[in-house]
Amino acid sequence: MEQDLFSAILFATVVAGTPLIIVALGELVTERAGVLNLGAEGMMAIGAIVAFAVAHHAGNPWIGAAAGMMAGMAMSWLFAFLSLTLMANQVASGLALAIFGVGLAAFVGKPYEAVSLPAVPPLALPGLSSLPLVGHGLFQQQPIVYLSWLLFAAITYFLYRSRAGLVLRAVGESPASAHAIGYPVIRIRYLATLFGGALAGLGGAFLSVFHTPLWVDGMIAGRGWIALALVVFATWRPWRVMIGAYLFGGVMVSQLFLQGSGIQVNVPQQFLSALPYLATVVVLVLISRNALSIRLNFPASLGQPFRPDT
Amino acid sequence: MKWIRIEARQEPDPLMRFGSPVLAVTLTVLAGLLVFAVLGKDPVEGFKVFFLNPLRDTYALSELFLKATPLMLCALGLAVGFQANVWNIGAEGQFIFGAIGATGVALYGGELGLANSPTLMLGLMMLAGAISGALYAAIPAWLRTHFHASEILVSLMLVYVANLFCSWLVFGPWMDPDGQNFPQTRSFDDAALLPTILEGTRLNLALPLALGLLLIGHVYLNHSYAGFKMRVAGGAEFAARYAGYSSRRMVWIGLLAGGATAGLAGMAEVAGPVGQLTDKIAAGYGFAAIIVAFVGRLNPFGIFLASVVMALFYIGGEQAQQYLSLPSAIAKVFQGLLLFFLLATDLFVNYRLRLGRSAHH
Amino acid sequence: MKQSRRTLLSALALTLTLPFASSAQAEEPVKAGFVYVSPIGDAGWTYQHDQGRLQMEKALAGKVTSRVVENVQEGPDAERVIREFATSGSKVVFATSFGYMNAMEKVSKQFPNVTFLHATGYKSGKNFGNYNARFYEGRYLTGVIAGKMSKSNILGYVGAFPIPEVLQGINAFAMGARSVNPKAEVRVIWVNSWYDPGKEREAAMTLIAQGADMVTHHTDSTATVQAAEEKGVYAFGYHSDMSKYGKKAHLTATTHQWGDFYTKTMQEVLAGTWKPTNPWGGIKDGMIKLAPLNPAIPKDVQTLVGDLEGKLKAGTFHPFTGPIVDQDGKEVVAKGKTLSDEELNKMSYYVQGVASKLPKK
Repeated sequence: MEQDLFSAILFATVVAGTPLIIVALGELVTERAGVLNLGAEGMMAIGAIVAFAVAHHAGNPWIGAAAGMMAGMAMSWLFAFLSLTLMANQVASGLALAIFGVGLAAFVGKPYEAVSLPAVPPLALPGLSSLPLVGHGLFQQQPIVYLSWLLFAAITYFLYRSRAGLVLRAVGESPASAHAIGYPVIRIRYLATLFGGALAGLGGAFLSVFHTPLWVDGMIAGRGWIALALVVFATWRPWRVMIGAYLFGGVMVSQLFLQGSGIQVNVPQQFLSALPYLATVVVLVLISRNALSIRLNFPASLGQPFRPDT
Repeated sequence: MKWIRIEARQEPDPLMRFGSPVLAVTLTVLAGLLVFAVLGKDPVEGFKVFFLNPLRDTYALSELFLKATPLMLCALGLAVGFQANVWNIGAEGQFIFGAIGATGVALYGGELGLANSPTLMLGLMMLAGAISGALYAAIPAWLRTHFHASEILVSLMLVYVANLFCSWLVFGPWMDPDGQNFPQTRSFDDAALLPTILEGTRLNLALPLALGLLLIGHVYLNHSYAGFKMRVAGGAEFAARYAGYSSRRMVWIGLLAGGATAGLAGMAEVAGPVGQLTDKIAAGYGFAAIIVAFVGRLNPFGIFLASVVMALFYIGGEQAQQYLSLPSAIAKVFQGLLLFFLLATDLFVNYRLRLGRSAHH
Repeated sequence: MKQSRRTLLSALALTLTLPFASSAQAEEPVKAGFVYVSPIGDAGWTYQHDQGRLQMEKALAGKVTSRVVENVQEGPDAERVIREFATSGSKVVFATSFGYMNAMEKVSKQFPNVTFLHATGYKSGKNFGNYNARFYEGRYLTGVIAGKMSKSNILGYVGAFPIPEVLQGINAFAMGARSVNPKAEVRVIWVNSWYDPGKEREAAMTLIAQGADMVTHHTDSTATVQAAEEKGVYAFGYHSDMSKYGKKAHLTATTHQWGDFYTKTMQEVLAGTWKPTNPWGGIKDGMIKLAPLNPAIPKDVQTLVGDLEGKLKAGTFHPFTGPIVDQDGKEVVAKGKTLSDEELNKMSYYVQGVASKLPKK
């Protein structure tokens, strides 16, 4: 029974962490190129509704997910056009995107509140899924969960082992020198922003098509903002994004398990529900206080506009 | 790209600085007409219902200003921080704490004999509201100055915590014993309610208060040395700030100002149209105020206009539901569009567009 | 299009000239306004009210037209929306969430010739009534089914907020289950939201993982039923028949039926015989109905539930009949006595059989 419980908590933690990982990894790449896009919540909302609608009409969740990525990308293009081409303030543009995206998603999503999708069956990985203790929790998950691990591996490789990743980081560190060497700073930033948008859209699609599977207004419920927090919390390193997302998911799930266990805790349930947010703040503080680790990984030009010809 | 060039102006165009918000509002209205047309509604009708109905008579105007008041207050404080690139996006949480602080005074003030002196009661409530909001904003300020934790994220996380804390209060210790266990405090005594300033409406003392603060803000931001320093600090590198390196003083001033005015707005809400604390007290004013601050150019006079425009969008959205059967989300779409158009038209403040293939420099 | 122009014009005419015109032309259909707390959607609290509205419109076609504003915040916005209905010629305003109570009371005093009806509140006046339904009756019946069918004896319950209506449901569910299975226990997870399908799903999944083989919810989405379907356990819907979201899992649902009440009220208003009443209808009055029973429910259980339903209809059975013992072992109601409506409305404890703990205040 205790093993079952562990397995169930592990399973739920992985599920809760997955959308955060996908969105945060995308944002990490965007920020590594020096672009701060705070619009994750809006891109997720648009990704969620577009993915849901397309999955419904096409009858295929994967086509839906792809459409969600495209929609997230379109939203991030809007942001990129404002902040990279028109050089608007990135914080303001990102906030605008967050507000606009949530509103637009609610608006176009109206007819889809009446729709439900068939659940996508989990994919048990042969061999691994029968491992004791962790088999069920880790390896009988939705395919998107495995995709999030692949994304992690690919992004880690890209950032630290590939030439393109080196260029991307250089653009984030010092756009002026990157430009001087002849790299197309704005184009690279566009690509990084679009990539982040695509993953935010995928994160939204995970929630609406694979996780719930439902569309309702307000269903992103702050997850986009938490993904943004994770990136800082991870000091712009992918492996820490993974840890942070599962930590957050774990705290959230644990308080649910505590409530559902029937164990009588004399703490108001509102305080338990606040734990994941407080935990985020605490870890953020613990990580941020180490100024050196931030300085090592922080993209120095983050949030600054860059004009090649000035 | 080659056919349109973006050229830096020698100095910001003062005309465009104020022209771009006007242009943005105009573009939003035009986009609105298009949206109405696409949805199969008569655009003229839509325009009337959405943009003119909220202005049709004195009562409608009083409602417009009632809705705009908390936006004005929150946005003013945020603008002080934004000027110095201190990104407090948790005004919603500070609003809630202001409401909580003021409610504390209202609930226990009667026992201290304040019920007979509305002036003292309301004065204390305002003070409690502003201080509670500022204290709640002091958390991200302190974590930022001492541990370099990003105030964007900390202030935002604290919004969720504030909501839950408020929920605990109204479900727990502060629940109205005669309220059939619903999440609300008892209704405030008359002494703890802001007097209305226009007979027959809900418009109350909070509006002149907000206008007064806007005036003070105007003097502080534009005509004082401290305000000048804030602006200069804001011009400095943004990047270092996101990770946590900036002048501590600016962080403290920016966050405390935002917290205090948001807290005051929370006070005005519980002591104004609501008359009690409930778990639904924060109606998104803290977030909407971010748009107001930007659309208002971080400038008190601009904030006044922007908050009225935002309030118009909210009320227009309700009208569009009642008379055009459009979904409520349309108001949010318009708000987002407005901010986008403003950001886009802002380009003209510092740059100009030139048509034609670029000449060699 | 024409319709909306006409309503707009008449709205203007009314506000400008005769705000309290009571006798509009006889041929003109009477207007009713509905204020909803959330988007209408496809299932849930607001959806059921809207179904009731549509049923009423159909029954009284030509005599009544109605308009809707959805997603209205419980706070200052509600008063404006309600007032707008009253000024624009609505003869009846229905507001369907607890938080609208004070706004309804206030506006009802300003518009003595308009009828105001508020769902789930406790205030009333000369032209201001309230109405509610005995949701707990359906909960008790589903509890009986759960108690009979559960193998693990663990019943999961996803709750939004611990207000009396929700506590009545949890307790009735537990008492129903215990009446046929003394080993059954109910575990509750609060998600602090009426409307967060992600969280509702996670809560349901958690309960299932901890051994619950019967789950139900008092939140607004269908996520709990869907989670049960996926995990191969049983679920009871709430508000609406949610069987299409869980063909195998959905055993039945406690559904809300407002249509007859809305029709009756409008007929009375048309006839001029409406008087403020505070109906609290249950299965007897047709305001609560069980959704069609899933054939997976064994015949004997179906019969048992049918009998109980018959007794509820006949008024010979009350789910909250003593002895009722709360969680701490204190007797709340002695044997043979039933909880009064007033006691029900103030419910703030869990009965024995609920394993979770209600936080102390």
